[in-house]
Amino acid sequence: MKNLETVILDANEAVASVAYRLSEVIAIYPITPSSPMGEWSDQWKEEGKKNIWGSIPVVAEMQSEGGAAGALHGALQAGALSTTFTASQGLLLMIPNMYKIAGELTASVMHVTARAVATHALSIFGDHSDVMGCRSTGYAMLCSNSVQEAADLALIAHIATLESRIPFLHFFDGFRTSHEVNKIIPIGDEDIRALLDDSFVIAHRERALSPDRPILRGSAQNPDVFFQAREACNPFYRATPTIVQHVMDRFAAQTGRSYKLFDYAGAPDAERVIMLMGSGAGAAEETVLRLIASGEKIGILKIRLFRPFDASAFLSALPRTVQSIAVLDRTKEPGSLGEPLYQDVITALAESAADGTSRFAQNPRVVGGRYGLASKEFTPAMVKGIFDELKKKRPKNHFTIGIEDDVTHTSLSYDPEFSTEDPRTIRALFYGLGSDGTVGANKNSIKIIGSQTDNYAQGYFVYDSKKSGSVTTSHLRFGPEPITSTYLITKANFIACHQFSFLERMDVLAAVAPGAVFLLNTPYGPDEIWTHLPRKIQATILEKKLQFYVIHGYKVAQAAGMGNRINTIMQTCFFAISGVLPRDEAIVQIKKAIKKTYGKRGEAVVQQNFEAVDAALAHLHQVTVPGAVSATFDILPAIPAAAPQFVRDVLGTIAAGLGDSLPVSALAAGGTFPTGTAQWEKRNIAQEIPVWDKDICIQCGKCVMVCPHAVIRAKVFDTSYAAIAPSTFKTAKPKWRAMEQELYSLQVSPEDCTGCALCVEVCPVKSKSEAKHKALNMEAQLPLRSAENENWAFFESLPSVDRSRVNHGQVKDVQLLDPLFEFSGACAGCGETPYIKLLTQLFGDRLFIANATGCSSIYGGNLPTTPYTVNKQGRGPTWSNSLFEDNAEFGLGMRIAADQQKEFAEELLTRLAPIVGEDLAQATLSADQSTESGIEAQRVRVEKIRSILAKIETGVEWANARNLRAIADSLVRKSVWIVGGDGWAYDIGFGGLDHVLASGKNVNVLVLDTEVYSNTGGQMSKSTPRGAVAKFAAGGKPNSKKDLAMEAVSYGSVYVARVALGGSDTQVIKAFQEAEAHNGPSLIIAYSHCIAHGFDLVHGLEQQKAAVLSGYWPLMRYNPALRSEGKNPFQLDSKAPSIPLKEYAYREARYTMLARSHPEAAKTLLSEAQDDVERQWRVYSSRAAMPGRGETPHIAPPEGEEEVVAIGKGREE
Amino acid sequence: MIDLSTDYLGLRLKSPLVISSTPLSNVVGNVRQMEDCGAAAIVLPSVFEEQLSLESRALDHDLSRGTDSYSESLSYLPDFNDYRTGIDTYLEYLAKVKSSVSIPVLASINGATPGGWVRYAREVEAAGADAIELNTYALATDPGTSGSQVEQQLIDLVSQVRATIKIPLAVKLSSQFTSIPALAAGLDRAGVNGLVLFNRFYQPDFDIENLCVVPRLAFSRPDELLLRLHWVAILYGHIDTDLAITGGVHSAEDVLKGVMAGANVTMMTSAIHINGIGHIATILMGLKQWMADHEHESIRQMRGALSRRAVPDTSPFDRGNYIKTLSSYTLQQPAL
Repeated sequence: MKNLETVILDANEAVASVAYRLSEVIAIYPITPSSPMGEWSDQWKEEGKKNIWGSIPVVAEMQSEGGAAGALHGALQAGALSTTFTASQGLLLMIPNMYKIAGELTASVMHVTARAVATHALSIFGDHSDVMGCRSTGYAMLCSNSVQEAADLALIAHIATLESRIPFLHFFDGFRTSHEVNKIIPIGDEDIRALLDDSFVIAHRERALSPDRPILRGSAQNPDVFFQAREACNPFYRATPTIVQHVMDRFAAQTGRSYKLFDYAGAPDAERVIMLMGSGAGAAEETVLRLIASGEKIGILKIRLFRPFDASAFLSALPRTVQSIAVLDRTKEPGSLGEPLYQDVITALAESAADGTSRFAQNPRVVGGRYGLASKEFTPAMVKGIFDELKKKRPKNHFTIGIEDDVTHTSLSYDPEFSTEDPRTIRALFYGLGSDGTVGANKNSIKIIGSQTDNYAQGYFVYDSKKSGSVTTSHLRFGPEPITSTYLITKANFIACHQFSFLERMDVLAAVAPGAVFLLNTPYGPDEIWTHLPRKIQATILEKKLQFYVIHGYKVAQAAGMGNRINTIMQTCFFAISGVLPRDEAIVQIKKAIKKTYGKRGEAVVQQNFEAVDAALAHLHQVTVPGAVSATFDILPAIPAAAPQFVRDVLGTIAAGLGDSLPVSALAAGGTFPTGTAQWEKRNIAQEIPVWDKDICIQCGKCVMVCPHAVIRAKVFDTSYAAIAPSTFKTAKPKWRAMEQELYSLQVSPEDCTGCALCVEVCPVKSKSEAKHKALNMEAQLPLRSAENENWAFFESLPSVDRSRVNHGQVKDVQLLDPLFEFSGACAGCGETPYIKLLTQLFGDRLFIANATGCSSIYGGNLPTTPYTVNKQGRGPTWSNSLFEDNAEFGLGMRIAADQQKEFAEELLTRLAPIVGEDLAQATLSADQSTESGIEAQRVRVEKIRSILAKIETGVEWANARNLRAIADSLVRKSVWIVGGDGWAYDIGFGGLDHVLASGKNVNVLVLDTEVYSNTGGQMSKSTPRGAVAKFAAGGKPNSKKDLAMEAVSYGSVYVARVALGGSDTQVIKAFQEAEAHNGPSLIIAYSHCIAHGFDLVHGLEQQKAAVLSGYWPLMRYNPALRSEGKNPFQLDSKAPSIPLKEYAYREARYTMLARSHPEAAKTLLSEAQDDVERQWRVYSSRAAMPGRGETPHIAPPEGEEEVVAIGKGREE
Repeated sequence: MIDLSTDYLGLRLKSPLVISSTPLSNVVGNVRQMEDCGAAAIVLPSVFEEQLSLESRALDHDLSRGTDSYSESLSYLPDFNDYRTGIDTYLEYLAKVKSSVSIPVLASINGATPGGWVRYAREVEAAGADAIELNTYALATDPGTSGSQVEQQLIDLVSQVRATIKIPLAVKLSSQFTSIPALAAGLDRAGVNGLVLFNRFYQPDFDIENLCVVPRLAFSRPDELLLRLHWVAILYGHIDTDLAITGGVHSAEDVLKGVMAGANVTMMTSAIHINGIGHIATILMGLKQWMADHEHESIRQMRGALSRRAVPDTSPFDRGNYIKTLSSYTLQQPAL
């Protein structure tokens, strides 16, 4: 064992551990990729872990990052040592407070997982654009390049801030560092104590506000003094670099790990130098060390303290011999002369040259370049490409590296084959499915190897953009030296493919090194597998002389009762054939890890994993590889050739995992994409799909309604199509009046189905001769795929039902309307997507959607393909995502614009009436668009107007005609929907939402209420119910869920509904229709079961029903229109609670895990939650029971004669 | 002075009225009340290995579902350091009950695997149980398993548990065995200290409206006692193990019948669900009253008085019972 004190963790955990121990108040808010730091803090707090002073920090989740920054500021002012964690947009929301905190010279540290800021698109991945947006706040900025550094510099930042009074922004690269698992030496309490001088802590407290020694801070200053006062901070900034270096030196003395403000590595007489900060330094330094060994005179300067920028330390860190420098920025500032670090370097060099203090033999030439935006790979090959460029007489300035810029030609070329991988390092790649446990097992393997051998270990995990059936790629390195390779593995000596189906569309051996080991999980044995491999895979196995092993992992897993969890089985195989550990010892260690990981979940889980491990080796076989390629088939393209060109060539390339190869010209500037693309990405993730029994189906449409992925659809069509239908295409007699003479079909898209089985679960029909047989039954997909594909294609070709023929208020009828939201990558069984799909069925062809950031913006708008689509006329939802916090306002803007354009169009039409025709103009201006047929008639009129206007090419009205043609569509009624989750509606966007609801504008708000921040991993929101466990509420949420519905009801003018598909699907449709019809703001709060609730989502609708039956989720509608009819606008659509809350709640792990871990607390919270339910029911039911228009008679002023009489009678009595 | 005391599993009990497994015993206050009302001992609710395994697996699935699939949400719930998934809760409760009452407390175990039976038995013994009742409710649904195989599996299982623990061991049996005396003798040889007759089958009901089979749990009826009386009366005196009757005991008369059949104790659940815990005192009072009225001095005195070997005419226990019932039935029919 090299060092017993090493630990294996990622930077988020390492940094949070330091921050937690050095804080008293931790203000948090979830944002990727920083959320785990808040989660760790909350969990440690629940576990009673103490900080360095022996107290448990307060961990407070706020409603937004802006709120967290405010709380941080306040806590600091009141004298607490405080911290926060954030990234990207979250950091931007903190900026106003950052100016204040820095302006007031307040010691504190915020830890930032540096992440791209949303511009033309959102990205959750790492670059420095967020951090660089904070340059002018006055924060010191300290950058860590690796997991070890993140731990170390976290401590250095906390110490330096106390000594300098300058607040620190400590940052490290999102995902690449924050989520990289590495073997590091942790910061011990003794390290903290050695560096921490309590006198600075006391000084911090003495500067705080206190009524016992009152002060005032935060004055308003006038032109006379503001400027001078602002300059008063200068000495502190001047002193800070020296303080930081001193702290670094003390840290080095304590730990042996030495850091400089600017760390140079490379040849002392280097002529070419690259400088950068962040994780890219790992790849760059590795390259430099490799190249100087072959005599190159090069070096790298790693920038650690970016602000305050110490020019003197910077200049003295560079070799005097340097002739050319490439300054790399991981950010883009469009329109600037260069990115921030480049500009600083230029300034520092220019100033030293200008004042004659330059120490260089000759003034070096400096070029700037951008790299690695949004976690774009940055590899030694690229580093070498840059050094090669620096050799040139006139190296390219303002270059990019890592992409092909064929538009403005900024990019440098490089040889991608160049590699600096240490041959002693074992490099293993694992392809898994999200649900099969591959990543978890690999994290365990890293711990085993890192702790039980002398090896260093590194793990980095890549996930695709889908939440269901996602492909995970694990990159593991093990070796005798510390692993600093901050890039993905491209030459693996071990590759495991844990899903046989991946071979169909992925070249899993693309990164295989010669002589490597290939492990495949497959139902085919060693003697039969060869014939089932695509040509390319066969060829690679032969060409690279791979050692090829197979195992039927699923067979072993199922025998052990583990279902699809093949994690420990594949892990056992990896150890058995990789030789990293002796086989027996490896099994002992795997079992130890199983016990540690699963022991707390119960002996049964441990035992089944043990059984799986023991059985694994018996099923592992080496394949005797034939001598030649024999396959007659090859890997299929990710997108079929029949797709439109852009979908095939661009989106298809991304879907194939080759998006890095796309040049700039392939992607439109501005971030606009066509809709209707998800249909082309066939993912085949369902092992079983529903099969229709037409003979017993009652055509109720519930399956169509509930399908989260719109893969099961119904149509009624003319009998003449039967003649050209595929032989296995099924039809039945429609159960609609006036449609009996046509044909009905219920069809499944086999390759798009996720196999969630919600449709089967909701099917109310049971066979009279075999109760388990329903009108829909799950059957194996593979044997059905081909025929059902043909049937699906035929079904798609059938005409859609005329929308005017069906009743848009009935589930049975709505099933026949085309969904314009299909095949999203949402979780299998998602509770949100059925509502969105319904929205598109009802109003999709005239629908604007403003979508808050969250799950719905990810499955709604994440590349490569997106689910919003168009109908046969080419109309469909138009969708956009602005931010998280501003979605209500964003949607309101859409509404205002649509209204404004309509008004302008009406004005133009009035002006042009003589040309268009008075009758047509009048009919258009006064059209009744309250019905589908009314809207369709208006579309026909608008088209007619357009064609008339198209003929006007000259004359006085030409300009008006041209303008009206451009906006004539606005004359057709549009529906604006503001869609988002509870994190947005209840928390970060609540202020805006409230304002929009108060605006009176005709917008509709759909809150997909999952009761947690689902997209970031289940953090508590104000919608989280009392007693439920969530991230940031590890002890169970102590207070009740906010009643957003009643807050909106309080306006009296807002249409409000609480709905749950499983409670009453008819009520859902009614609410959607009424909300849309309401000429004012509407709010629908939709119960959305979620994977974060901790139950099998196949029971999603049952859970929704239980929520309603228990009274937890009363169904209600508040329709202001009823008041004008003299009716109570408040209608209760569900009955009084008929089951106790416990019966609903204790089917979900979010509740039961508390009962299992903290039974007493759970009991108390459950009892209080039951009280909440009863209290809520009393309020709702009494509100619904109010007579008249819903006001109590003694409060409402008398309006009419009858009421006066009534009051008079009362007096008489 | 009327003596209600009896011996069961080597434990000296103040009366023959024992409370068998009931959810009411999940609350310490109820157990205390049972003791106050005169219950001689209680059998705690059964710990079901299958249930614990299922819950443990469910927790694992629930905490694993969706994890490590998407970069923004690598998990969905916080993971605690510990969960009470196993028998720990049961053991804690057992210890708590033990410290709260002075009457004997019997643990009840329903295992699913050989390892589970033995492990649980060892653990409840360590937690302070005065005795263990093995609840061997199992259904043979495999046509390939013969009756003798089922019986042998049971005997083997009991032998394993017996070898593991030192405290007394009772086995609760199903009535669905071909030869109950032979099985009882086998269990006797295996070292079991008591037999509890019988488990009640929780037969599911059919919901013909919704075409589904639903679990049904109904209270026992007094007429269910007859089956128990029958077999206890047959076994009494032929085996060394103690005997207990459970199922259908609702009144003082039922207790007396059970004792006279040969039971050391009678066990009750449904009657206190129906009548409340105070029913225990009512029964004991009735018991004393009946004994006083009939000048019986002690329970021990009357035990087995109506057992098969104690009655002059054994035909009611034998095939004669069947024939007699039928023949008396024919006499009641109108003449053709």
